[in-house]
This record gives sequence, structure tokens and C-alpha cells, in this order.
Amino acid sequence: MSTAKRRHPQNAYRAALAPYSVWSFLFVVVPLAFIAYYAFTDNQFAFTTENVTRFFTATSNIVQEDGTSVEVRTYLLIFMRSVKLAVISTIICLLMGYPIAYIMARAKERTQKTMVTLIMIPMWMNFLIRTYAWMTILQDTGILNGFLSALGIGMVHIIGTEAAVIIGMVYDYFPYMVLPIYSILAKLDNRLLEAARDLGCGSLSVLRRVIIPLSMPGVISGITMVLIPSISTFYISQKLGNGKFFLIGDAIEGQYVANNLHFAAAIAFILMLILLVCMALVKYVTARYVYGGDEE
Amino acid sequence: MKTSAKIYSGIVFAILFAPILVLLVFSFNESKSLSVFSGFSLKWYRELLNDRNTLEAVRNTLILAASATAISTVMGTAAAVGINKIRTKWYKAVMNTVTDIPMTNPDIITGISLMLMFVFVGRLFGASTSLNFVTMLIAHVTFCLPYVILQILPKLRQMDKSLPEAAMDLGCTPMGAFFKVELPEILPGIITGAIMAFTLSLDDFVISYFTSGNGFETLPIRIYGMTKKTVTPKMYALATIIFFVTLGLLLISNFVDEKDEAK
Repeated sequence: MSTAKRRHPQNAYRAALAPYSVWSFLFVVVPLAFIAYYAFTDNQFAFTTENVTRFFTATSNIVQEDGTSVEVRTYLLIFMRSVKLAVISTIICLLMGYPIAYIMARAKERTQKTMVTLIMIPMWMNFLIRTYAWMTILQDTGILNGFLSALGIGMVHIIGTEAAVIIGMVYDYFPYMVLPIYSILAKLDNRLLEAARDLGCGSLSVLRRVIIPLSMPGVISGITMVLIPSISTFYISQKLGNGKFFLIGDAIEGQYVANNLHFAAAIAFILMLILLVCMALVKYVTARYVYGGDEE
Repeated sequence: MKTSAKIYSGIVFAILFAPILVLLVFSFNESKSLSVFSGFSLKWYRELLNDRNTLEAVRNTLILAASATAISTVMGTAAAVGINKIRTKWYKAVMNTVTDIPMTNPDIITGISLMLMFVFVGRLFGASTSLNFVTMLIAHVTFCLPYVILQILPKLRQMDKSLPEAAMDLGCTPMGAFFKVELPEILPGIITGAIMAFTLSLDDFVISYFTSGNGFETLPIRIYGMTKKTVTPKMYALATIIFFVTLGLLLISNFVDEKDEAK
């Protein structure tokens, strides 16, 4: 009887999973295949590598500050810029976020809960409006400059610079860095820290040799969760960069608006591949140098 | 907490809340300016209530979010139960990986990929515009599902496995055991999953942007259109209302969680 009984639930569980299996195949896996299909075909759906080569070879002229113009590889430049701004934002998020996560994890339980809620609240304000609010704050005639000149410090010109785009990215994705690190630090076994102190570690070396290595999984997921959206964002740069700093997301969106679906797909395809490589690299480096290196 | 820790957290939270404060304050501004406050007034809220297109967008957003939540919660609950219990290892591994894809892929990739497929399929059937309410609903269900599943799976793992077995030994059918024993146990996970799905759907812009058609405009898409032109405090009034609604939902889901933990 037991086999009959066991069989039956297994079939029931398969049946329960079936709709989701079909759904995710049709609407997760197949669409990704469509990116590759569009990337390697032309408007008549004949095979071509032109879209992908265009990404690497298309050139345009930009006027430099001294008035001379230079020819650049358009999309490679956009891509490098996206990576640069995203990496800088991720580093700032990490440097600002780790201490906050640490402070949260060490606070009293009630304070911890309040702080988690406070970190999450800005995430529930619509992303477009949050970004727009920063625009009004950072404008030349905006609130920040009004505040600074009232203090007699003078004006700063931020809007339309790379710094403004970075501020927007850091602001929008900061909670994604703090929360994963916090959740690891909060679960950290206090006895490990005590043991390290008993064995003669000072507080700085407890941090360096115990707390930071143990919190690496949180740091890795924090880095991933900030890096991926900031590489691919397309609204922040339009608003805070005054459209001067085209990013890879803007390029995809621009081609979509212009109805060049095949080229949009090619850019998306390349972005996807590079993100996959990045993530594999992050995993490899942490496995090799963070965990492996510490045991020596 | 040390004083230095307090000062540092104070600064960080001040930065985090600065734009939100700006929004709240300027939604009550008397003049059109978004940087000079000239006096308290409710006129932007009044204007908002008279803006037919925005109200229509609010209605659309709510219909879409409610439908996406209903579908993804039911399908996601069944899927979580299935993933938790099936013994075929490769199937389980594949489903776990597939569940991760929409969460790790950038939104723009998810949006573009679905759009390409919808356009392609639409062309096969000779439709001139293939993006509409249904395509948006499919997209929203797709990105909500993983969040629902990942809220429920831990609850299933924590559950005492002998409970449904006991129910079956006492004469329950497997179906009966699920509805009478398992479902009440995992209900808090289902509720938080549903609330997450609802708020994600309400707030989504990027994926909606790529999968929406001409006829069906949601609030984030309308906001995007509004920010392309000069923005008035009316949009801030709108943001303030959305903010308090989502905040309310967040607090409810925290409350559900806490009640569950207290049990």
C-alpha cells in the first residue's frame, strides 16, 4: 500500500508544478531564445551577423572640450562608460552600505527592525519619481544649491555630469547592497567573535579576519544586485545626465523606440553575455581568493 | 550604539529620505515651482482628482496588479509545493534555475525578450499591434512568480513533514491533507508573496514599458510620459499618494510576518 500511496502524491506534485513549468518555458526560456534569434537575423529574418558587428564597429564623431573632434567606436564607448559608472556606483554603495549593515546587525532587535523598514521605504517610492526628485534637488537653481548659497558656500554644478548619474545610481540601488549584507551579519555567531578575541585578535583584526570573510556571501549578492541594474539602467542617465551620458540601457531603449528591433536585440544579447561572464568571474574570484586565500 | 555609529546612520538616512521629503513638501506647494516653496495648498491634489487620464491609468494599474497577483499567487503556490516535493533531481534543479532567471536578469532584458516574442507571434497572426493588456499581464505574472515561489518555499521547508502524513494516515486524501494541513501552515508565506507581487506589479516601469501597447497605459508609464515634459507638483501629489498606499501594504505584510513569528 505504501508504494501506491507514495506514487499518488508524486503524480499530484508533478501536476501542481506543470502549469508553472509550461509558463516559465514559454515566457522565460523561449523569449531569451528570441533575443538571440533577432540578434542574428535581419528584417527579413535571414541570418546575419551584421547587428553584432555593428555594435563593435559603428563609429561617430564627438567634439572634445578643446573643440577638435575625434572618431570613436560609438557603442564600445557607451558600453565602457556604462561599466565604469556602474562599477564606481557599486563601490560607493559597498563602502557606504557595509558600515550601515554592520551597525544595523549590532543594534538592539527593535532598532534593527525599524532600520530595515527605514532602508526599504525609499524602494517603495516609484523609481521614476525618486530619480526626478533628485533632478530638482541637484539642478543649478535647485534645492541643494539654494541651501549651499544660504550657507555662503557658493554653487556647485552637478546636474548633467557623470557625478549626478552616479548619485542617482547609488541612491536607487543602495538598499540592494545593505539588505543582503545585513542579513548575513545579523546571523553571525557571536561566539566566533569572542573566540577570536580570546585568541588575541584586536577589534580591527577581528573585523578583517573574521567578520569580513564570513560576510562575503552577502557582499557578493549585494554587488550583483547593484551592478546588474546599474549597468542596464536607462532612465537615470537621461534625467540626471541631461542625456549627455548615453548608457547601454539608453542604447537599447533608443533602438526600440526607433523600431530597430534586431539591433536592440543584438545589444541586449551582448549585454546578457557580458553579465554572465562578469557573474562567473565574481564567483570564481571569491571562491579562489576570498575563501581559498584565507585558509592558507 | 556608539556616537559615531549614530551620526553615520543619521547622515545615511537623511540622504535616503531627502528626495522623499522634497516630494511630500512640494506636493503641497502653492506655485508651480519644484524648488521654491511659496505656500501651502491642496490645489495639486484637487487637480489630480480632475485628471481623467491619470485616474484611468490608476484604474488600469490596479486591474493589472490584481490580475497578475491572483494568477501568480495561485500558480506560484502550486509550483512551490511541487518544487519542494518532487524527487526527480534534474527537474527540481531545472525549475530552481528557471525561477532564478527573471530575478537575476536585468529588467530591460526581460522586457525586451518578451516584447520580441510578442511582436514575432503577433506578426505570425497578422496583427499590426501585438502589445496590449494581455501581453502586459503575461509579463507581470512572469516577473512576479519567482518572488511568490521564493516566499513560500522556506515555509514549506520549515513545516513539520509528519503533519500531512499524519493527516493522510487518519484518512485524508492527499488533496484534503494539503488544504486542511499544509495550506494553513504556509498561508503567511502566500500572503507576503501576494503582497510582494502586488507592489512589484504596481511599481514596475521597465518591463511594462517594453510590453505595453497604445491602448493600455499604467501609472508608471504615464509618469514616464509626464516627466518627459515639464513636471508640475501634480505628479508629486500622485507620488505621495502612491507612496502611502505602498507603505501601508508594506506595514501590513510586516504585521502578517510578525504574527506568524509570534505563533
